[in-house]
Amino acid sequence: MENEEDKSDRRKFLKLGALAGGAVLLGSAISKAVSLENPKETGEKVKVLTADGKLVEVDSCHLKHHPAVSQMAILESRKGIEGKKFIMVIDLGRCGNARKCIEGCQKMHHKAAPTEWIKVKEMKDEGLSSPYWMPQPCFHCDNPPCTKVCPVDATFKREDGIVLIDNERCIGCRFCMAACPYNARSFNWADPVLPFGATEEAYSPETSFPAKRGTVEKCDFCPDMGKHGILPDCVTACPNGTIFYGDENEDSVTNGEDTFRLSELLKNRAGYRYLEDLGTEPRVYYLPPVNRNFPFEEDTVAHNTEDYKAI
Amino acid sequence: MNTEHQILTPELAEKQSLRREEMRADVLRPLEKIGMLGKLWIAFLVIILLIGCYAYYLQLKDGLIVTGLRDYATWGIYISNFVFFVAISLVGALISSVLRFTNFTWYRPITRIAEIIAVAGVCWAGLIIIVDMGRPERLLNLFTHPRLQSPILWDVVVVSTYLTTSVLLLYLPLLPGIAICRNTLTNKPKWQRWMYKFLALGWTGTEQQWKIMKRSIKMLCIIIIPLAISIHTVTSWLFAMTLRPGWDSTNFGPYFVAGAFLAGTACVIIGMFVFRKVYHLEKYITEVHFDHMGKLLVFLALIYFYFNVNEYFVPYYKMKGAEARLLNDLFSGQFAGLYWSAQLFGMFLPAVLLIFKKMRKPGIITLIAVPVVVFAWVKRYLIVTPILLNPYLPIQDVPESWMNYFPSWVEIAIVSASLAGVLLIITIFARLFPIISIWETLENEGIELEDLDKLNNEKA
Repeated sequence: MENEEDKSDRRKFLKLGALAGGAVLLGSAISKAVSLENPKETGEKVKVLTADGKLVEVDSCHLKHHPAVSQMAILESRKGIEGKKFIMVIDLGRCGNARKCIEGCQKMHHKAAPTEWIKVKEMKDEGLSSPYWMPQPCFHCDNPPCTKVCPVDATFKREDGIVLIDNERCIGCRFCMAACPYNARSFNWADPVLPFGATEEAYSPETSFPAKRGTVEKCDFCPDMGKHGILPDCVTACPNGTIFYGDENEDSVTNGEDTFRLSELLKNRAGYRYLEDLGTEPRVYYLPPVNRNFPFEEDTVAHNTEDYKAI
Repeated sequence: MNTEHQILTPELAEKQSLRREEMRADVLRPLEKIGMLGKLWIAFLVIILLIGCYAYYLQLKDGLIVTGLRDYATWGIYISNFVFFVAISLVGALISSVLRFTNFTWYRPITRIAEIIAVAGVCWAGLIIIVDMGRPERLLNLFTHPRLQSPILWDVVVVSTYLTTSVLLLYLPLLPGIAICRNTLTNKPKWQRWMYKFLALGWTGTEQQWKIMKRSIKMLCIIIIPLAISIHTVTSWLFAMTLRPGWDSTNFGPYFVAGAFLAGTACVIIGMFVFRKVYHLEKYITEVHFDHMGKLLVFLALIYFYFNVNEYFVPYYKMKGAEARLLNDLFSGQFAGLYWSAQLFGMFLPAVLLIFKKMRKPGIITLIAVPVVVFAWVKRYLIVTPILLNPYLPIQDVPESWMNYFPSWVEIAIVSASLAGVLLIITIFARLFPIISIWETLENEGIELEDLDKLNNEKA
């Protein structure tokens, strides 16, 4: 508790500083770190901006974690990655309910069952139509009902299309969960199970890590990986290449094996968005479950039967 | 008010002063000393409150995991209890303000009961909503990082304004009463005498004091009507502003306001019955009052019925996709028992039974009013949780406990504590201050205390 208060004081102070001259602060933090004794070189070079505005390359071992950097990250993470418009296309014809996207996501985000940021649902549109499996992440809507209702601006829409949550600001009222018509959001009802040492790590809304009790979380579209051109784990973990991730501005999506021109794919395969009528403008498109890779098989195993484990 | 302004002859003034003395004695008698039963009642409420505090301590320690809430039923009885408290608080505006602008005067002895219910309700509404928060220690974020588009923020604004206005509307008409307490109850403990002295604000009943008070009350009465309507409309918007089937309704504002007046009026009837019995106020809260309140209840139940028809019958006629699932769940599914009981005992029966004069006798009308209040609470639960359990996308692949909602003992203890808290505020208030406004009641009999005071002050 004491530690947290201490941190938040520091954050308040640093926020002021960051607003006044983020770059200068960052630069001085780094130069301070550099001035210490020489640690072992890692060979990995990182470009940094110095206080006088020069771009220099230093070895990553000289970078020292400083709270200023993580505070910058939270402010920075509200803006989004310039020039990007992240988008996802899910080919329902390819999904065979392997559930690897769920596992991959949980592993990557250090989430344990029963929390699933991406779900796989058995859907059947009406009596005569055939059932199909539908992977469902957060839709990162362009007209997001969740961010509108947040009383403290803890969840926000970024320029690159991603909807994120700042769990250091979230008050846990769960209005966003009530407002999301797709139930894409989860809540940390108990203390989250975290890997050892995670609480020491600087929090960033872009990684949604480390999770905090009493706050809302959800699929974050992995912007921390996307900006480096790395595909989210739900995409790479799928054995059937069901999920395509990409950038609307580049007009391309990929599942790691096949890359498509987004506009052509949606046009040729009759892409649609789930519950278009609600006007939420999702950034996740579905391709109808036709020309299936697999015949539909009823799931005989019950997953996710355990409630939270008490710590 | 409706009587002609009489010229105060010395004999008339004498007569009226005697009447005032008589009423003063009747109203202050219950404040003189507290009986065994009264003490037990307060002890009982305090114990429930303490159990609730312990439950909340557990919730703070372990998180909301101790509740029955999970990712689908993310709001439960904390929220429905909040809506209930906001609902009953509306009656303060109805009784002491809306009726003031009519030509009726019968309601005047019960304004204070209505006002204290309003104040207690809205106080606890504010507290119970904090209990629902996952991070209550970040409450101030509402003021340091407010987002004005959020209906929660609108709720914070209107609830706090309504609380302030309601407290003033309770306090200002009470000033002469506090002054009487200050002058009469001289055998009370020192803190209490000091409190009377402090709260009376030096009231001596001068012409100017009366004038300022009456004008302020009139102004507050005008302000509080739009406030009361907006406080519950905004509360309904916490639901109606979402896209969920069952909440996504343009009917929600008036539907909530109508239900709130009904629930609050039933609360006032119960309050009238209890105070009349316990404080022996039969002379002031008469059968006529119960008769009128019964008629008011019929009227309000019919209005509420009208909004219920719009809220449930219209979508039922269409049976649109996801909404149909919810309606089946309410009408014939897992919530059917609660739903039909709420409609029957909370609305149909009171509307029909109270048409008959015999049913509007103090005892029977109270028996009818109790289920109205109980099922008003249940109805708020039915407005919150069944909708969350009937989302657009099917609930699959989750632990059994996520598909249903049943409040845990912690939630039940906390909600019980909040109900006890409301009763405790009302009880303590009625132990310290006159529960009937003397000057307003006498005004009803054509006695203007303002004039009497003027006469006395002139003599002095």
